[in-house]
Parts: sequence; C-alpha cells; structure tokens
Amino acid sequence: MKARVQVMLKNGVLDPQGEAVRHALGSLGFDGVEGVRQGKLIELDLAETDADKARDTVTKMCEKLLANTVIESYQIEIG
Amino acid sequence: MKAAVIVYPGSNCDRDLAVAFERAGAEVQMVWHKETDLPAGLDIVGVPGGFSYGDYLRCGAIAAQSPISKALIDFVHAGGHAIGICNGFQVLTETGLLPGALMRNAGLKFICKSVGLRVATADSVFTRGLSEGDVIHLPVAHHDGNYIVAPDELKTLQDQDRIAFTYTDNPNGSVADIAGVLSENRRVLGLMPHPERAVDDSHGGSDGTAIFRAIAGLTEPA
Repeated sequence: MKARVQVMLKNGVLDPQGEAVRHALGSLGFDGVEGVRQGKLIELDLAETDADKARDTVTKMCEKLLANTVIESYQIEIG
Repeated sequence: MKAAVIVYPGSNCDRDLAVAFERAGAEVQMVWHKETDLPAGLDIVGVPGGFSYGDYLRCGAIAAQSPISKALIDFVHAGGHAIGICNGFQVLTETGLLPGALMRNAGLKFICKSVGLRVATADSVFTRGLSEGDVIHLPVAHHDGNYIVAPDELKTLQDQDRIAFTYTDNPNGSVADIAGVLSENRRVLGLMPHPERAVDDSHGGSDGTAIFRAIAGLTEPA
C-alpha cells in the first residue's frame, strides 16, 4: 500500500523560499502570481494492507519525524 | 568538570567544541551517535554544529531520533546541563528540549561572518560570566538560523527571561532578534553563533571563552 505525505509550512509562517520563487516567476514575465508556497512530498511504500491502520501509522510518523508540527502541517493520502 | 560531545554523522564542529571545553578545564569524552548511554558522572553534554545526516528531511530532525539523543533527553530530564550550537541548536529544538524551530534564513543565503550579540540575560550557567547588555562577537555559519516560535511561547520566553542572546544586527530574520534561548530550568542553551570558534585570538577573537569559563564554574563552589 502506498502513502503520500504532503508537508507544508503552516499558514501564517512566512515561506522565504516560496517568496523567492514568486519573485523569480515575476521576473520571467509571469504576472499575477499572488503567492507561492513550497513544501515536500514524501512517498511511502507500506507492507500494511489495511487503509485505516496505514493512515494511523503514517499519522504517527508525521507527528514523530516527517513533519515539524511547530512550523509545518501535513496531509496524508493513502492508496 | 566532565563534558561529553556528541558526534553525529556529518557533525563538523565536534573537535572545536571539545577543545573549547578542554581549554576551560574540562575532561572531554566524544560520544558516537549510535551509543545508547552517555558516560556516567557528566556535568554537561555538548551538541555540536555541522550537518548531521546531511540536513536530510529538516536540519537536526534525524539526529534528534538517534539513540544517543534519547540518552541526551533522559539526561536533561534528570536535570543535566546541555549546550547545542548551530546544528546542535536545531537538534535540541527537534527533540523538543527547546521551544521553536529554525527555518531557512530570510535572505535565503548561507551566512558566514562575525556578528554582534547582546547578552540578554546573565542568569544562567552559560552567561553568568557576562553582564546583561554586554556585546560580544562570535562567528555564525548557517543557512537555517531563522528562529521562529509561536507568539504565546515568545511571550513566555520573554517573561521567564529565557532569551540568552540577541543579534545586534539581525542577519537571518529571527523573531525578536533571538540568537540563543534557554530551557525552562535554564540548564539547556541553544544558540546559532559559534562560541567554540572564538576561543583563540589567532582565530579572529576569543569572546567565546567567557561562555566556556562560565560553564566550567559548574563544578566550582559558588
């Protein structure tokens, strides 16, 4: 079973990398980009076959390691 | 004084930190990250700068999960002292021993230069050799030193006088110019600048010496 974890800086936390990308897009002539947020996508290959159990386990992984919940939020997609 | 310096794969300030402790009179043991226990009878543990685990995932995130870090957490919970410098500060925030997190510098560039630091509190074993308001100069060398902490936690840090150092000219966007913070029991210090790189005048300055001398006082009668 596959799981995808998307980790983003929380709303309200300034993302200096996203801002740099936004400026670069502007200088390339892409007008109207009002915001850019940059995050991470982590793909996991799990032996678990039960989706609910997989989600529980991945949630624990996020809380313990994959995200720093002081500054980041995460979303989990199973299957 | 007995000190240990943790060595993670990718640590690169571990020897400098050991020398700084030794010059202050400490007996120093290096401890590899796979060890599950710290040596007995330690007064302080140093978590050095560098790029533990290549900064993979987040700076300090994987080091915070290594076996020796669990021993470090137990040591601190039992009342032990610890100092985390640069990547070591990042490791200490990732373990939860210190509040907040260190994000990419606001200017996105790696910064490597000497900076001015104001001593924000002299009330700790790390800063008692200094006076509040004193300005010292230490080198910084980091890409992720932009300290962030939730507004309510920042207020707690301020109310409890736990901000140890502030930048005189904020190089990285840190909230409230914070360069170093103390734990609630004041026995753990995390700071981004490198005092261990400033203990010899031939290296451009020795302002870091005051911090290691203050720590060495741990074993001296008050």
